[in-house]
Amino acid sequence: MAEIQGGGGGGHKKGGGKVRVKKQSTKIDMTPMVDLAFLLLTFFILTTTFNKPKTMEVNMPDKVDDPSQQTKINQKDILNLVLGEDDKIFWWIGLEPPVSQTDYSSGGVRKLLLEQTTANPKMMVLIKPQDESRYENMVNILDEMDITDIKRYAIVEYSEDDKLIIAGQVGEGGTIEATEEGQ
Amino acid sequence: MAKVKVHRNPPSLDMTPMVDLAFLLVTFFMLTTTFAPQEPVVVDLPKSVSEIILPDKDRIIISIADDGRVFFDMDNQGARKTMLRYMGDKYGISFTPQQETAFSILQGFGVPVNTLPGFLDMDPDERNAIQQPGIPSDSVNNQLADWVVFARMSNPKVRIAVKGDRDTNYKVVARVINTLIDRKVLRFNLITGLEQEV
Repeated sequence: MAEIQGGGGGGHKKGGGKVRVKKQSTKIDMTPMVDLAFLLLTFFILTTTFNKPKTMEVNMPDKVDDPSQQTKINQKDILNLVLGEDDKIFWWIGLEPPVSQTDYSSGGVRKLLLEQTTANPKMMVLIKPQDESRYENMVNILDEMDITDIKRYAIVEYSEDDKLIIAGQVGEGGTIEATEEGQ
Repeated sequence: MAKVKVHRNPPSLDMTPMVDLAFLLVTFFMLTTTFAPQEPVVVDLPKSVSEIILPDKDRIIISIADDGRVFFDMDNQGARKTMLRYMGDKYGISFTPQQETAFSILQGFGVPVNTLPGFLDMDPDERNAIQQPGIPSDSVNNQLADWVVFARMSNPKVRIAVKGDRDTNYKVVARVINTLIDRKVLRFNLITGLEQEV
């Protein structure tokens, strides 16, 4: 590994009358420099962060207080997604129950979104996160919108009406079971 | 009889190419590395498939801890001082030049503006040691909104990024987002980590 200096060069016979010009070796011991270089290298490799944080761009609609300025949508074209606690998603179409439940797996909400948008390309997705849901739920849903290439979606407030719709369902059936989207 | 002389070569190895390579890599890493700024709070990012990279400058990062505390961070030291002056005018607090300098080199912070002068007088070590209460962002006392407004006044090019913890309650996130919407910030970024498996 490291270079061991051979003590100048030549000079086996001592004394022999002739004055030998001691040839200085041109080699220098690079070991400390290499040590330092690798130390720095290790330091920078370990401290550098290659994966810069990624971001999602979000465009929110401005708040419109005047009802005549608000866009009206046919209720048949609305897919409601309520993000509940414990990573549950409740969904229904328009204003009508039945409410179904699904999850964040690719066979769950993604399949649902793809099915619904192929069935009705005009479908507008309303995302209604409950206060109990987690931030990750919202990010996941926005991500699903990106994956399934849905352009028409909005994050709206979870209203009292939505609460009643879900509560009505829970009241009747005890618990909401995942219906068609089983696994 | 002639003695057989064993010519002992020192076990020498030409290290020049290795050193070249090592220094090349050192130079590369030195130039590319950006030290991760010290975060006021550890945030566990949610994952997404988005691959847009966060801009390096002119950005505000609003961090939300998992317990709902809100932190504010902006780059550009000059703009930070201007922002602090606006904020001081509004709340009737005057900051000394030392405090302004301390504020300009501060990373993210999460203290109400009335305790900010005391916070700025501390040593950096002391600041790290205390638990910051977060910036008030409720409807009664929405200092976050003021910070956002004054930050945009001092640096109009700034982009706003929200850095929420994955386990944050949505209620807090909604409050922050509504604050932004009320101040006509309709385009903002959500900072996420990259999802490995898709």
